[in-house]
Amino acid sequence: MGRPGGQTFTGAGRPSHYRDHTMTDAGPSVVRAGDLTPELVDTDIWSEQLLFDAGIPILEAPLISVGGGIGSFVLVDHLRICGVRTESLRVLTPLSTPWESFAYLTRVSQVPIGARLRSDSSACPDNIWGFPSYALREAVGADTVRGFLAPLWQVLTEPLLAEHYTPRVGQVLDWMARESRRIRYPEMVATGQVRMVRRRAAGGYFTILTTPEWNTAAARRIAFRSTYVHLAVGYAGLKFLPDIATYRESTRNSSRVVNAYEPHEHVYDQLRSRPGTVLVRGSGIVASRILHRLIDERNTHGLQTRVVHIFGSYVSGPHGPRFMRRGGGDGFAYQAFDDPKAVWGGQLRDRARRTEGAERAAFYDSLGATSTPYRRNWQIQLATARAEGWYSTVIGEVDALEAGSDDLITARIQSGDSVLASFVIDCAGLESDIGEQRILADLLQHTGAGRNPLGRLDVEPSFEVRGTRSGRGRLYASGAATHGSYLPGVDTFLGLQIAAQEIADDLAAEGFCPRLNLFRSAREWFRWATNRVL
Amino acid sequence: MTYSLAGRMHTRIVLFAVIGGIWTALIAPILPTRLPLGRSYEMSFTVLGLIIVLGLLWELLYHLLQQYRWDKDWPTAFSLLAGVPEGTLIWLLLGTDTWFWDVPVTARGYWLLFVSIWLVVWVALSGPIRVLLVRRRWRGGKLFG
Ligand SMILES: Cc1cc2nc3c(=O)[nH]c(=O)nc-3n(C[C@H](O)[C@H](O)[C@H](O)COP(=O)(O)OP(=O)(O)OC[C@H]3O[C@@H](n4cnc5c(N)ncnc54)[C@H](O)[C@@H]3O)c2cc1C
Repeated sequence: MGRPGGQTFTGAGRPSHYRDHTMTDAGPSVVRAGDLTPELVDTDIWSEQLLFDAGIPILEAPLISVGGGIGSFVLVDHLRICGVRTESLRVLTPLSTPWESFAYLTRVSQVPIGARLRSDSSACPDNIWGFPSYALREAVGADTVRGFLAPLWQVLTEPLLAEHYTPRVGQVLDWMARESRRIRYPEMVATGQVRMVRRRAAGGYFTILTTPEWNTAAARRIAFRSTYVHLAVGYAGLKFLPDIATYRESTRNSSRVVNAYEPHEHVYDQLRSRPGTVLVRGSGIVASRILHRLIDERNTHGLQTRVVHIFGSYVSGPHGPRFMRRGGGDGFAYQAFDDPKAVWGGQLRDRARRTEGAERAAFYDSLGATSTPYRRNWQIQLATARAEGWYSTVIGEVDALEAGSDDLITARIQSGDSVLASFVIDCAGLESDIGEQRILADLLQHTGAGRNPLGRLDVEPSFEVRGTRSGRGRLYASGAATHGSYLPGVDTFLGLQIAAQEIADDLAAEGFCPRLNLFRSAREWFRWATNRVL
Repeated sequence: MTYSLAGRMHTRIVLFAVIGGIWTALIAPILPTRLPLGRSYEMSFTVLGLIIVLGLLWELLYHLLQQYRWDKDWPTAFSLLAGVPEGTLIWLLLGTDTWFWDVPVTARGYWLLFVSIWLVVWVALSGPIRVLLVRRRWRGGKLFG
């Protein structure tokens, strides 16, 4: 401990506006040494001296956002629009763009760049006002009369005569890229993985960034000292059900049994050269997209693919009490978006806001489980498949998957049935137990955070993480880690934007930035519209 | 839009009064009412006042209907089409002699006024209003509280 190299780098007297390159200007010889010490790991509240002793350099920024995905992006966007300067914000992330992870997950789960997403026309992560909406922008950008009228007619008549308008992946990404340039997002990024956030004895927090291996010029660990921290770290990873994990372990083969969020083009490739049966599990939108792809493949290439679809719970029609009744049929529950629309700012948001404890859990239950949107072309495809006899459904849970001869897999269903398939595509989704994410587990253990009624990170209505306040400092979180909060649907574009607005308002009340009032809002919207760089 | 009951009331009272009020002030002088300017204004603002006051009752009905929707939302088309029964009811009320203001209205003058107020407010609420009131859509239409 007490490595001399650290001294030149400790940030005690460092001006708050540094640029990324200042991390490197002490030269490689002094810095690679600094690392976490057992003392740091075991101490809940840190002082500068502790970091100094460990030789970990300290940098300074008033607000740190950890994650660097869409959750970080929309908060930073909101704050920049409120007038916060780039020097005051740092985003710590391994991602090269805020949409990297989103773009990857959509691609592998069969939402190609030209396909339509599952959110409202006015859910715009690039525009806090939601105006002009994506439908309006698509209309204005169209080069045919039909192209102009179609999206407008759709938003006018949705969801009565038409399905809900939803934007294309590519459109959302392009607009986010534009907004990223406008707010000078890349200037605020420091690359790396965050190991932990700990409270600082004198108020505020220390956030430990592990710099990437390739960056040998930077210290291995850097401590960011800040008054405010925001966490939007998304998911822990893919969710593997026990039978899948067991199958993969025992056969050491992960190519025949895949999670829909894994790259799995080889499945479609192999089906083209050799016909087979695919077992699809799950009844959410991901399952719908996988079915869509399988059916498209079959149609375009004249394949003989058969599909067996396993439903854990089979929805045969509309369900729920009179005033909470949701559509359904053929196994699926139908819902336009991830949640009923009013969770993002209507009656349902108000109701959720008034619940605590078990009541909250019950309220989330009443919103219903997995669903998929009712889309006419998907309905037609499935109806045809059913009629032609190559799509069948099985109800029940899978007990075990067993490897058989000739590359076949036997799925044993609890009811006693079994299904023989060449591939299993599981649409169980993403893992979101916060204990699985080191940074969040650390927060629970050392920083006073707790769990909400659904087991995730417990936050206030302002998205401040309960129990983690440190002097004047505040720690916020949004996105999947806070599912179960006062705002259902928090892990969506709109949910993240609402969280960003609540956080920005809380910060404004703290004096960190001006509040976005009527005049500022109008002026800033005008700047957005004219693409004025902030 | 996903209205809460309070949001509906705020919208009906404040936004109809402000947006509708500005529009009414502009259009009243050129309405084909065959009335002197003062009387034309009186008629126009009476209509706007009725849209707001009767609207509070209509909103209760809409809120009730909204409960039958899983999404608890209110499609844009509903907001637009609500003008048909609302406009008709006011027209009928003005036509009966029971109305104590005794405002003489021509059908052309009335419908031009009503339809234009309705459209202007509907267009403003369908998007542009968010430029000024950034939080409104996330609060069920509420403006404060
Ligand atoms: C296939 C798919 C389709 C979707 N479609 C829609 C849609 O149509 N409409 C909609 O509204 N929403 C949609 N969503 C949801 C939306 O994409 C998410 O809500 C959003 O991307 C979540 O943003 P986030 O910042 O919380 O997480 P992410 O965007 O996943 O970013 C979090 C990032 O944090 C980083 N990170 C994690 N741990 C650390 C650490 N310790 N240190 C530093 N960085 C860390 C990770 O690299 C991760 O990429 C979709 C999601 C998926 C997967």
